Amino acid sequence: MSLATEAPKDSFRLSMLVFDTRYRSYTIQVSVLILLLLFLGWITDNTIANLSQRGKDIDFGFLWQRAGYDIDQQLIPYTNDSTHGRATIIGLLNTLLIAIIGCVLATVVGIVAGVLRLSKNWLVARIMTVYVEVFRNIPLVLWIILIFVVFTETMPQPKDFKITEDMVAAGEEPKASMLFGVIAITNRGSNLPGPLLDRPLPTYEIATVPVNLSVLAFLAVLAGSIYANLRLLRHARAVQEETGIRPTTWWKTLLILVLPSVLLLAAMGFHLEYPAIKGFNFTGGLIINHSFTALLIALVLYTGAFIAEIVRGGIQAISRGQSEAAFALGLRPGRTMNLVILPQALRVIIPPLISQYLNLTKNTSLGIAVSYLDLRGTLGGITMNQTGREMECMLLMMGIYLVISLIISSIMNAYNNAVKLRER
Amino acid sequence: MTDTSFVRTAMLPPQEPPVTQRGAVKWLRENLFSSPLNSVLTVLGIAAILSLIGAALPWLFNSVWNAASLKECREIIWAAAGPEATGACWALIRERWHQFLFGFYPQDLFWRPVLAMGLLMISLAPALYYGLRRANVMMVGPVSVLTFIALVLLDHDPTHLALFVLLLGGLTAVAWFAPKRLILLTILYPLLGYFLLWGGSVWGPVGVAAGFALLAVVYTLAKRVVGVVVATGAGVVAAAIWWLMVQTSVTTALHGAMPWGIPGVNSDQFGGFLLAFVIGVTAIGASLPIGILLALGRRSDMLLIKTLCVGFIEFVRGVPLITVLFVATLLLGYFLPPQTNFDLILRVIILVTFFSAAYLAEVIRGGLAALPKGQYEAADALGLDYWQAQRLIIMPQALKIAIPGIVSSFIGLFKDTTLVAFVGLMDPLKGVTTIVRADTAWKGIYWEPYIFVGAIFFAVCFGMSRYSMYLERKLKTDHR
Repeated sequence: MSLATEAPKDSFRLSMLVFDTRYRSYTIQVSVLILLLLFLGWITDNTIANLSQRGKDIDFGFLWQRAGYDIDQQLIPYTNDSTHGRATIIGLLNTLLIAIIGCVLATVVGIVAGVLRLSKNWLVARIMTVYVEVFRNIPLVLWIILIFVVFTETMPQPKDFKITEDMVAAGEEPKASMLFGVIAITNRGSNLPGPLLDRPLPTYEIATVPVNLSVLAFLAVLAGSIYANLRLLRHARAVQEETGIRPTTWWKTLLILVLPSVLLLAAMGFHLEYPAIKGFNFTGGLIINHSFTALLIALVLYTGAFIAEIVRGGIQAISRGQSEAAFALGLRPGRTMNLVILPQALRVIIPPLISQYLNLTKNTSLGIAVSYLDLRGTLGGITMNQTGREMECMLLMMGIYLVISLIISSIMNAYNNAVKLRER
Repeated sequence: MTDTSFVRTAMLPPQEPPVTQRGAVKWLRENLFSSPLNSVLTVLGIAAILSLIGAALPWLFNSVWNAASLKECREIIWAAAGPEATGACWALIRERWHQFLFGFYPQDLFWRPVLAMGLLMISLAPALYYGLRRANVMMVGPVSVLTFIALVLLDHDPTHLALFVLLLGGLTAVAWFAPKRLILLTILYPLLGYFLLWGGSVWGPVGVAAGFALLAVVYTLAKRVVGVVVATGAGVVAAAIWWLMVQTSVTTALHGAMPWGIPGVNSDQFGGFLLAFVIGVTAIGASLPIGILLALGRRSDMLLIKTLCVGFIEFVRGVPLITVLFVATLLLGYFLPPQTNFDLILRVIILVTFFSAAYLAEVIRGGLAALPKGQYEAADALGLDYWQAQRLIIMPQALKIAIPGIVSSFIGLFKDTTLVAFVGLMDPLKGVTTIVRADTAWKGIYWEPYIFVGAIFFAVCFGMSRYSMYLERKLKTDHR
């Protein structure tokens, strides 16, 4: 038998760069690279020409200049004497605040609506279908503006809450009254009871970063009790593995989670400050702008409708045999849900759920419709208009949004890899 | 002894089920009151619906259609239903409907956007139901009739009306006799629609069309010799040379010789749902091919192409649309040669298209990933090259899988057209409604305009999602 001779080696010809699939990809990539470099060079050249024509340059120095405008919702101290950089951070915090609260509430709304849409109750299922379809098919901006307008136009003015001595004498009631006697919703904003501390820990400013020790202490105590609770649960599981009997943990959990925080708050003299009418407006307590409320409600209801569909799809994706098999094993309905259905449904639900969180976070930028001062409102709004540095502000803003999105999607990828079905 | 035993010879008639197990009672018990929790939910649901109806019904019942201002509306309502009664004031819509629909488009030219809309629907028919006579006629016929009715309401010139009858009747006849030919209208529609909406000289669109014809000719001639990719490149280069260097002088000369055209309309007169549809439809149409190319690029073996596509997709998906729109208004001027200044609507359309293409690319990539590997291997085994395999085997299946995602991207894109208000365009929601509400006569009105705009958005988006469900059922080939 003769050994198979190797195919004669073709000598390389120039035409093979176009016709031979082995080499064609190099030709294509090299030409794309050349085109790309030409394109980038063209854009850079244009940008330099345009900037010099308008007498501008690229300079982020404005971030350290005085901002000179007020922001009415601020999580860390800020005055109009602070820098543009600090205004940017205030805006970023406002974006993150509404994104985080929105994600939590939208998940609750979405799960409730999604489960109720599958309910055997005909009426409730229909109501939820209407809710989901109405909110999914109408633009989010409409909901934001409508809710904002309804709040500002229908709510009573602060003076309507006022009780004068004449009215007391005449036995008249004021035109408007506070909800539960503590919450006042006026056409200017919502006034809620605000937390106050009698004996707060000191606040330091370290390299322009404010450090509120009271908040830090509270968070540390909370984190500590959560960690202790995890230890307790792990111990309980170990006992269960060994003896088959799970020790009762619920009251210990409750105690560990609640008691230290309550003790700390009591030590710092925690009490609530109620809003009260003074002059023509309410003072004291927390004042929440309607722009925040409207944006939050609209985002929660809109995203909740999408999450409801995801939850419904996830539960329906689990085949019926799974719950039947669980029943055949003698598991009760609650445990069937917890141990059999949910772990499988979550694998379907979580990836699109996180991409809804991503959407919600990006949609917070629609606060522009109601002048909510988030990242776009400060950096991409007032700061940009005041300094006239569109290029820097836009690049910085897109960069920040991009980083937030990449963080969220890398969490999603890590989760996906963790729960991926390992086949073969 | 007599036999006392009793033997029944006839069957007892079946007894009716107990009253709680049949009819309405059974349905109520099973569907509304099957458990204590369900009963509570039902009661709560009924209470919610009743309170909603209680608030909305008198409001709708007291509707006023004829009034000049909100104050007059309220007076009419109070005169009819007593003081402090509430009622809807649809007179606003009656007075301002043209702004909601067309913005500041010249009133005597309303027939042009209406005709463009009708032709859009007609040219969609062959794209949605290619070659199916019945479906094509079912779509083209009613659309023609509706368009004609709308045109009659807007324009009373008999010569115009005769022309419309001829045009729409002709198209219906084409749909009946040669449904496949209707695709020609679909191909020509982008230029036709542009010409109808913006007007101006007829030679501009003709010149653009000539560029595309040049592209097609070069591509067909070169494809045999150098393959698909190089041929496309050569065609694009030839067309670009035509558009950028030759076209203007040729069309100017032609316009000088034969000044045919219709009155031009400026972009800043566009507004309302006309604007939403122009941006939405163009971006939807243009983003699908780009999205397919991006999805293929992301799965490519070529490292550079893959990196570029991944970078583009992830960047675009990571930033909010509003920042992309700001780039269109503020930064695009920096990136283009000095003194270039083109239309804001066009700039917005281009950036919205790329934005939506990145989302579509991810949806289509999902469809590609869901295809079994055997399909790719079978295409290779048949000896098909890359583009043949994509066109004949991969894409038809991958796109079918991706339909729900594609349509929901389209719905999202159409809803997002409302955001153009923030860069100074007059969208129906923020742009027009703000103008209307700023009018002193209508100050303080809010439910009616938002309900009107919301209802139109709902109808369009809901219609699209229902169509995608229909398409999914129609294309389903498995036997589950």
